Amino acid sequence: MSNLVNIQGLYFNRSGRTIFSDIDLNISRGKITAIMGPSGCGKTTLLRLIGGQLKPKRGSIYVDGQLINRLPRTRLYEIRRKMGVLFQSGALFTNINVFENIAFPLREHTELADFMIRDIVLMKLQSVGLRGAKNLMPNQLSGGMARRVALARAIALDPELIMYDEPFTGLDPIARGVIVKLVSDLNQALGITTILVSHDVKEALSIADYIYVIASGKIIGQGAPEKLREDKNPEVQQFLRGLPDGVVPFHYPAIDYTQDLLS
Amino acid sequence: MLILDKLRLLGQVGLELLMSLGRSGLFLTQLLIRKPQFKRSFPLLIEQLYFIGVLSLVIIALSGLFIGMVVGLQGYNTLNGFGASEQLGQLVALSVVRELGPVVTALLFAGRAGSALTAEVGLMKSTEQLASMEMMGVDPLWRVIAPRFWGGFIAMPLLMVIFSAVAIWGGYLVGVVWLGVDGGTFWSAMQATVNFNDVVNGIIKSIVFGGVVTWIAVFQGYDTVPTAQGIGLATTRTVVYSSLAVLGLDFILTAVMMGGW
Repeated sequence: MSNLVNIQGLYFNRSGRTIFSDIDLNISRGKITAIMGPSGCGKTTLLRLIGGQLKPKRGSIYVDGQLINRLPRTRLYEIRRKMGVLFQSGALFTNINVFENIAFPLREHTELADFMIRDIVLMKLQSVGLRGAKNLMPNQLSGGMARRVALARAIALDPELIMYDEPFTGLDPIARGVIVKLVSDLNQALGITTILVSHDVKEALSIADYIYVIASGKIIGQGAPEKLREDKNPEVQQFLRGLPDGVVPFHYPAIDYTQDLLS
Repeated sequence: MLILDKLRLLGQVGLELLMSLGRSGLFLTQLLIRKPQFKRSFPLLIEQLYFIGVLSLVIIALSGLFIGMVVGLQGYNTLNGFGASEQLGQLVALSVVRELGPVVTALLFAGRAGSALTAEVGLMKSTEQLASMEMMGVDPLWRVIAPRFWGGFIAMPLLMVIFSAVAIWGGYLVGVVWLGVDGGTFWSAMQATVNFNDVVNGIIKSIVFGGVVTWIAVFQGYDTVPTAQGIGLATTRTVVYSSLAVLGLDFILTAVMMGGW
């Protein structure tokens, strides 16, 4: 099976608002697939659906052949051990240091001796360039460093699938470049299937093998980066070029301006 | 139209309350029916017993001392009017063991440890630490919530025993050392009137209070809206709900224990 994740007819709504309306989406094994779209279009929600933290109202989500939205809790927790997630905030445990953060999944899921855990943690930290920061507490890290530590933690158990939630947001250009390189290197060196949720067009297009653009609950464009750049859909073009007004309006829906002022 | 709106609002508030009760019931059930993993859970439990129990010792001991001293002083002045100041030991011990010990310990516990638990769990939720744990295949109910719940459940009766012992000593300091009540009479009056049931009933009360206060605290943290305002409100709710629950349950338990129900 060439697809690690297979989504069919996904429908999801929350608080009366439709987030996804019958979308189909495939994530190829060993590739970097970017999910792009404007803020609030449901990109993070999609990651939570793939991870089984949310249940769709309709449709099916298969991860490695397993119907994730129907799995019992214990099976779901087992399959999550094959997934790594890099949260937007890093989500490091604030009461333990960098070393213990990365050792956490190893201690929870393996019976490895302490010296082996130490070696693995140091290797993971070395791969993100932060071996020297192993004794720091999360509140002593910059935003970019925290995300790199979180990345080291996400790959601690050598997952088959890694999901990045807005990994470039709020970073300076150097840190941004470091994360882009790490995402690409990890994918190529370890062959980890990668889902990259982002609205940073330049970075995503530079490393993704395939891209889905989501807006208004639908997939409005998909394809390899070079194909997507030539997409005729005005909504896709507005997003890729960062135009402030267009198919996606500048103004949030409201009653007539004059009427609102006079009322 | 106005009445209809008010009725709708009332219905909405009622439904939200029922849903919250349902969620908290399910939450407690999930905590209690969990398969115990003693070897892995024990260090986590010890850690929480330290944070919840040991770090509450100072406030519990000091409060116990002052409350015992106040009861001793008030009791002496009242009893002395009837020439019965030798009954001071009985008054202090029964007040503390039956009521003040369990209730005041629970109220202090809700204010100190309960609010801290809610804020800690709420902050872990808002910073996605609980979500990241879930995505690592580690159940936060087992790893984060259960040790805190059982830590509070175990710590409360122990704190109550310490509170009561210090309060009785406070009563002794005021009554015997300061006001001159005979020491032998103080202790013998206490020994003659406080029976084993009084002590057991006090402990039962504190076990119930410990379970309820910790349940409220961890649930409010886990169920909080993950924003700064949400955590603030959840912390306030923990203290308010816990205090009301303790006082209400105290009346019910007292009535049952005294055979009035």
